[in-house]
Amino acid sequence: MADQLQALTPLGHDAPDVHSVGPVTITEVVDVALASLAARMGHEAAVAHEAQANGIPLPGPGHAAAGTPYAAFWLGPQQWMVEAPFASHQDITAILKPIFGEAASLTEQTDAWVRFDITAPDPCALFERLCGYDLHKAAPGSATRTVIDHLGCYVVRRSQTLVSVLGPRSSAHSLHHALITAAKSAF
Amino acid sequence: MSRISGGQIDRSRSLRFTFDGVAYTGHPGDTLASALLANGVRLMGRSFKYHRPRGPMSAGSEEPNAIVELRSGARQEPNTRATVIELFDGLTAQSQNRWPSLRFDAMAINDRLSPFFAAGFYYKTFMWPQAFWEKIYEPIIRRAAGLGSLSKQDDPDDYDKGFLHCDLLIIGAGPSGLMAALTAGRAGARVILADEDFRMGGRLNAETLQIGGAHGADWADAAVLELAALPNVRLMVRTTVLGALDHGIYSAVERVSDHLAQPLPGKPRQILWRIYSARAILAAGATERPIAFENNDRPGIMLAGALRAYANRWGVAVGSRVAVFTNNDDGLRTVVDLKSKGLEVAVIDARQGDAVIDSAGRLGLKSITVRRASGKIETLAVTALGVSGGWNPNLNIASNHRGRPVWDDSIAAFVPAPGGVAGLHAAGAASGAMSTHAALVTGAAQATAALADLGISARTDVPQAEDTALNLQPAWYVPFGKGRAWIDQQNDVTVKDVKLAKQEGFVSVEHLKRYTTLGMATDQGKTGNVLGMAIMAELTGKTIPQTGTTMYRPPYTPVAMGALGGRARGTDFRPTRQTPSHKWATEQGAIFVEVGYWLRTQWLPRQGETTWRHSVDREVLQTRASVGICDVTTLGKIDVQGTDAGAFLDRVYANTFSTLAIGKTRYGLMLREDGMVMDDGTTARLAQNEYVMTTTTANAVPVFRHLEYCRQVLWPDMDVQLISTTEAWAQYSVAGPNARKLLEKLVDQDISDAAFPYMACGAFTVKGTRARLFRISFSGELAYEIAVPTRYGDAMIRALVDAGREFDAVVYGTEALGVMRVEKGHVAGNELNGQSSALNMGLGKMVSKKKDAIGMVLSLREGMTTPDGYRLVGVKPVDPAQSLTAGAHFLATGATALAENDAGWLTSVVYSPHLRHSIGLGYLKSGDTRMGERLRVVNLLAGTDVAVEIVSPHFFDPEGERLRG
Repeated sequence: MADQLQALTPLGHDAPDVHSVGPVTITEVVDVALASLAARMGHEAAVAHEAQANGIPLPGPGHAAAGTPYAAFWLGPQQWMVEAPFASHQDITAILKPIFGEAASLTEQTDAWVRFDITAPDPCALFERLCGYDLHKAAPGSATRTVIDHLGCYVVRRSQTLVSVLGPRSSAHSLHHALITAAKSAF
Repeated sequence: MSRISGGQIDRSRSLRFTFDGVAYTGHPGDTLASALLANGVRLMGRSFKYHRPRGPMSAGSEEPNAIVELRSGARQEPNTRATVIELFDGLTAQSQNRWPSLRFDAMAINDRLSPFFAAGFYYKTFMWPQAFWEKIYEPIIRRAAGLGSLSKQDDPDDYDKGFLHCDLLIIGAGPSGLMAALTAGRAGARVILADEDFRMGGRLNAETLQIGGAHGADWADAAVLELAALPNVRLMVRTTVLGALDHGIYSAVERVSDHLAQPLPGKPRQILWRIYSARAILAAGATERPIAFENNDRPGIMLAGALRAYANRWGVAVGSRVAVFTNNDDGLRTVVDLKSKGLEVAVIDARQGDAVIDSAGRLGLKSITVRRASGKIETLAVTALGVSGGWNPNLNIASNHRGRPVWDDSIAAFVPAPGGVAGLHAAGAASGAMSTHAALVTGAAQATAALADLGISARTDVPQAEDTALNLQPAWYVPFGKGRAWIDQQNDVTVKDVKLAKQEGFVSVEHLKRYTTLGMATDQGKTGNVLGMAIMAELTGKTIPQTGTTMYRPPYTPVAMGALGGRARGTDFRPTRQTPSHKWATEQGAIFVEVGYWLRTQWLPRQGETTWRHSVDREVLQTRASVGICDVTTLGKIDVQGTDAGAFLDRVYANTFSTLAIGKTRYGLMLREDGMVMDDGTTARLAQNEYVMTTTTANAVPVFRHLEYCRQVLWPDMDVQLISTTEAWAQYSVAGPNARKLLEKLVDQDISDAAFPYMACGAFTVKGTRARLFRISFSGELAYEIAVPTRYGDAMIRALVDAGREFDAVVYGTEALGVMRVEKGHVAGNELNGQSSALNMGLGKMVSKKKDAIGMVLSLREGMTTPDGYRLVGVKPVDPAQSLTAGAHFLATGATALAENDAGWLTSVVYSPHLRHSIGLGYLKSGDTRMGERLRVVNLLAGTDVAVEIVSPHFFDPEGERLRG
């Protein structure tokens, strides 16, 4: 439909923003759907079973796990953030609910977050200026909740050179500014 | 007085600088002090109280005298120590605390009047009249005694904060620190080695000592090169560790750009680091202390170690004819080193009974008077005198957790008490190990021990070095002479002041400090404290350890306020939150208001509207006449799921939610444990085990935190899962008689009153996009809240405005929202003030007695339920032309405006464009029984006194017919 609602990126653009500072590239990511998955009491085993059967990784504390179409990172005891391609999983909870039924609580989180992917040959120096998370020790597949510029954020180290920062979507501008400023300062 | 051979300066390059407007040159590697001394300038400042001429006493961060203002304009920085300022081309510095000039300072009259200015002078003199202290005496004293001045301009530079992690933090890169770093670095541990100097090596740079057959400074250079090649070692020069915080966390400030005229683009001037360390070694060295004698403060008199540091490190002879006054063998090193540079050096060894008893030279040392053990008095013409009374370990950080240092007789100094800071151990001179050999051995040993704690094995390989004893015989002050002998040169504290303090009963070191100012200000008594304590000990007949020390607190050296603030200033002070309609609202010229971090539209002015009231009145009238749209995304949204979700809500809300039908919404009131109202909002039941709760904007986070506490701590056996979805959905209120008509143009399904009655909720689509619709109203109108995934929020506001055009729809802001809720008597932040109960708000019936819920029991306690308590009322002025003022208090007609006559207060006031007068809500004692009564509302601050009538808080459509329309 021509008059369908058109999406804006968290930074308020039609297309994701890409910003480079020296060796650092900060890219707004909008093509990933998110849902929180929490096992209901007494259904932990069922959730683990269904997740495995459907290719949804459930990593342990402090970790993230990649996969296709599902990736995930740990949020809390028996709670994960499940990631999937937005194009195929725009209504992600509608897709996941049939898998878990009443064994899990599922909440759409896609637009609750702004995600910036940060690529740099060595992103550690940047994160030293941003948060208390020790990226030197965070091997690929590590993830945490931390505070960046007063904002509660998730940091997911996807590879040696790629780190995702998920922050509150309404503060996308502030977080973006903080990332760029720190990159200019550190590199 | 000039440059001599040697030193770690790059003579191939010259740097230009000015001091008090006079141009000089120095070299890379110089400090401001070394460069000035090399140019024959000894006079660098005036003392704090007596305006005595002063030159540098030290060559390090302990400097009490050579305090200058650095740079000019907005970058002007007061109270910097010339001894640690790294020279750069174009540096400008000014002396401070003098008028009109450093050489002729009119305030030096204070020195002549010194008999009147002894310790405690201010306290005794300026007692009366009391009112004069703040307005008259203190400003005058501050001006006379002021240190540097502020430019009063914004600092143009940026400051960063950051976080570092390591196995082992080593504080200080002298021989022990370097040895510790080599030991730990070679073992593969993660090491941070921080030093306040711009060159690592510590005293090795200032000495001619040998390590492993090489010159000590060369050994240090080689060690630094080796460490720099280790990826597990981080070397941080120009970095002062300020103090030990809790749990192995240390704060440090790195001066990234202070050695440059201005920071490079995008780079900070300084970085405040928070260092998380598993273990730490304090290898901060030691500070030499003087021996006090009469007139021991003239420019040219300095610590013996500083005198040879200037010669060895900077190639500067402070004087060509020199004397050294010492009570230990380390002082004799100065004699040897200076003689080897071809200088003439006399020795006055206190251990032989000799003493310097006086000095002469108005603006700089010209001669000293020496009393030999035989009693013979002689005058020596010298222009530099090095004094050594021993060395005090730099134990400050080891005592940051209140661990009191212990006394070591062998060096007559305090050393760190073991275990003073968990995980921190001292090495080298900081631990009292004074020889180079001992520094290396203790550095290696502490590193090995620290790593063993962490399960890392390390090998020690300590090179050969001197291991001579200090052979110190304590000497604190020279008992000859009647004049003033200075112990704390920065604060002009003399031996006599300590005696006076004792005489007046201020014998505790803490009292001594406050009474005499010993150990205050920028140097915190690094050179003077132990001297003062030793003298007090002698006067009281106690030992020095019995006399004790004052507390050691961070920061170790002064820190710029900018570094503590970091980037958090101006528009970067805190982040902002933008609503989904922000972009659209900005295009419309909306006026925004800060609500927490949120920027909400306050009102949207249209052309021709000259005051905010024009805009707000229009927004209210048009909403009630047709339809208005408001962004309500900021309200907190919390997903509550689980098989116990309903039961959980029954416990956190005063009213019942387990009985709420699926597809329905209910207003809920949440109490605190003490029975007061915590928050309110609507909660919708989306499925059997799925609710979505809304909170007020301000309480979104506190309510979520409260629910998590209830879930995790109070009732861990309940099956409830919570997550915030505030940001996930862009939510708009569409209110007014034409609300449904407007939405029907956008929503793809049937939303007629029959299909979607009052308080319904459900999943719909808007032009094919998933949406949630709630039929709830804050304005009292037929109203809906429609939510779409946030990425469509901008498109949604535009679609609503387009669809509303035929109805003359208006977008309204928080002001109009406030007017409409007051017109309806709905409580908001002003009424939810943390001191008000449901009964106070007229919502007492909402507190269900049929079930237990947080706050229910205590809401029934005596005092909360008295009939004469505050009740929410509506208020209108008797004369509609008069305005009400929020915060005004209710008084009976004729009553005096006194607290005992106070009957309550106006919480919220708005202008109602429908009623065409001011209306308000307020808490009035027994208010529910006083409808129609006439009172006054008095605001003594605003000077208003208005006659009012008490009415129902429901000003508009009291039967609520419109919202069910």
